[in-house]
Amino acid sequence: MTSLADVSRRPVLMWSRRAARRRGSDERKLPLGRQLALQALLIVITFTVLFPLVWIFSMSIDPRGLFRPDGLNLIPPGATLDAYIKVLNQPTSNPISFIGLALNSLKVAVFTSAIAVGLGITAAYAFSRLRFRGRETLMIVILGVLMLPGVATLVPLYVFMNRIHVDVAGLDFNLRASLVGVILAICSAQLPFAIWNLKGYLDTIPHDLEEAAYVDGATQNQTFRRIVLPLATPAIAVTAFLGFLGGWSEYLTVYYFIGGNVPDWTLSIALNSMVGQYARNTPWSEFAAFAILFALPVSVVFFFFQRYLVGGLAVGGVKG
Amino acid sequence: MATAAAVTTMPRRRRNWRRSASPYLYLVPALAVMGIITFYPLIYQVWMSFTDFGPKNFRVNNPISPTFVGLDNYIRIAQSNLQIPNFEFIRLVLFNLWWAFSNVVVHVILGVLIAVLLNVKGLWFRGIYRALFILPVVLPSIIVATVWRNMFDTDAGAVNFFLQGLGTTLGFPADSGWMHLDWLNQADDPIPFIPLPLAYFAMITANTWLGWPLNAVVATGALQSIPGDLYEAAEMDGANAWQKFRTVTVTFLRPAMLPYAIYGFVITFNLFFLPYFMTGGNPFGRTEILVTQAYRLATERQLLGVAAAFAVYLFFLLLVVTLITNRLAKATKSYAD
Repeated sequence: MTSLADVSRRPVLMWSRRAARRRGSDERKLPLGRQLALQALLIVITFTVLFPLVWIFSMSIDPRGLFRPDGLNLIPPGATLDAYIKVLNQPTSNPISFIGLALNSLKVAVFTSAIAVGLGITAAYAFSRLRFRGRETLMIVILGVLMLPGVATLVPLYVFMNRIHVDVAGLDFNLRASLVGVILAICSAQLPFAIWNLKGYLDTIPHDLEEAAYVDGATQNQTFRRIVLPLATPAIAVTAFLGFLGGWSEYLTVYYFIGGNVPDWTLSIALNSMVGQYARNTPWSEFAAFAILFALPVSVVFFFFQRYLVGGLAVGGVKG
Repeated sequence: MATAAAVTTMPRRRRNWRRSASPYLYLVPALAVMGIITFYPLIYQVWMSFTDFGPKNFRVNNPISPTFVGLDNYIRIAQSNLQIPNFEFIRLVLFNLWWAFSNVVVHVILGVLIAVLLNVKGLWFRGIYRALFILPVVLPSIIVATVWRNMFDTDAGAVNFFLQGLGTTLGFPADSGWMHLDWLNQADDPIPFIPLPLAYFAMITANTWLGWPLNAVVATGALQSIPGDLYEAAEMDGANAWQKFRTVTVTFLRPAMLPYAIYGFVITFNLFFLPYFMTGGNPFGRTEILVTQAYRLATERQLLGVAAAFAVYLFFLLLVVTLITNRLAKATKSYAD
């Protein structure tokens, strides 16, 4: 069961521009003909990568409110941001604004990410640094759970949470039909992932500093809090971001648990109701604008965290 | 270090303090939560799979206990004897395995080739290309799936528009069939004797767009760890470009790419978003995979007992797949490791 754990986290550093520039000194000159041929090939690849992104963007600024686009226009004549304004106010026929949907997604994303990382980091430390009875078995169990798709626990969680039901003094609360239930259900898959990801990173941090602290008489808790936690910051940031991304775009659980309760809808539910056979009345410009607004916050967060990602990978590289 | 200096007055611990009770204190919070929301549901699910669990068994008012049906759910799934249209268990499993396998092969090959391309010494704009190519990775998968669904629309999709533009420029008549393909629903297989619907090719296109960049990232890391003098040595031995690639590059890439390929296989095997949001299993449930079928059984059909048995099948399938790939990974472990 180790091969999954072997997935290397180091190479991303090499992908970054800084690393490329550092290695620039030993670069030879490429013959011009070959250079141009390679550039042509890379432009074709760039085209395939950017084509869907450009298409969705140009669709989102189409002023004609077409239900279906009628051709490929990079910048449609008379481009406007009307579709953005429309979806910000009310993206679907249901009475909920983009902000309302985004707040629900944000709640789910922040809480799942915080619970997974907060509980995961101590367990990851124990798995990475401490030796105890049952360690191997527990790790294999966690890895096994990790391989299971989210769907695998969905049904029992639904039944289980549906039983937790409070009906006092007009307050009708069913854990299953609430965002709290959704958050817990998502954590059921995210927590093992967080443990595994953090453990994988902690394994790459050299033990020297901790050994030094032990020699100086630091207790285990002090070592964990003052040495391991700061060193693990990049991995915590990355794991938290991945958890956030998962929660932000979660569909399965929200749709199954929340169903038709519109005030608790998230962005994914609204996006799916804007596409396909049930969305004959949604202009594609609105779908496109909604998709861009949906992707924008996580993209921004990604670029904000990218520094930590690369930094974390650099620390991981010390061990070689 | 200030932290360490501040605690030097504390008594020295015995060397074997790591074997004390404290590891369990670090584990308890996570394990307690996982016990309730992960392990208990999984075990409960196994019990559910032996019953005829349905909505009547968990409604708020007056739920009744489900009836024990033994292995009935498992047998009905294996015999494709369910009250749902277009359900064929063996075909589903085979398609799911092929779907994961074919994707990983395409992603790894493309990723390695493009990484090699970007690693050519003296290439212009390398940094810009790398920054652009990583863009798809940060998008939420539901957006990727829904956007590609619209891309492959028959009358309004960008793919058909592109084909029309290309075709008419090259002088083909504007009503040629291949410019108006019904990508996601066409029932006839596009390639004779290969039982894969057109929707499969649309899906693998979308997933390749999403999947190769990360493979290229992993391959780039491995490429840059290859000592340059190995190529020089190969050159002196008279190796041509292809021989250098095969003997040096591939040898060094394998230990890095293989674990990532296995990881990619499991991820793709369980990839819910594309079959669910892009093709919706069309045509005739032929692009359905196990996870989307399990989700449909639970949400659309309310056959919770059957869905639970389905999840157990899924678990054993993944177990077998992991054991096989793990053995494979060990058998092909390179000496460069």
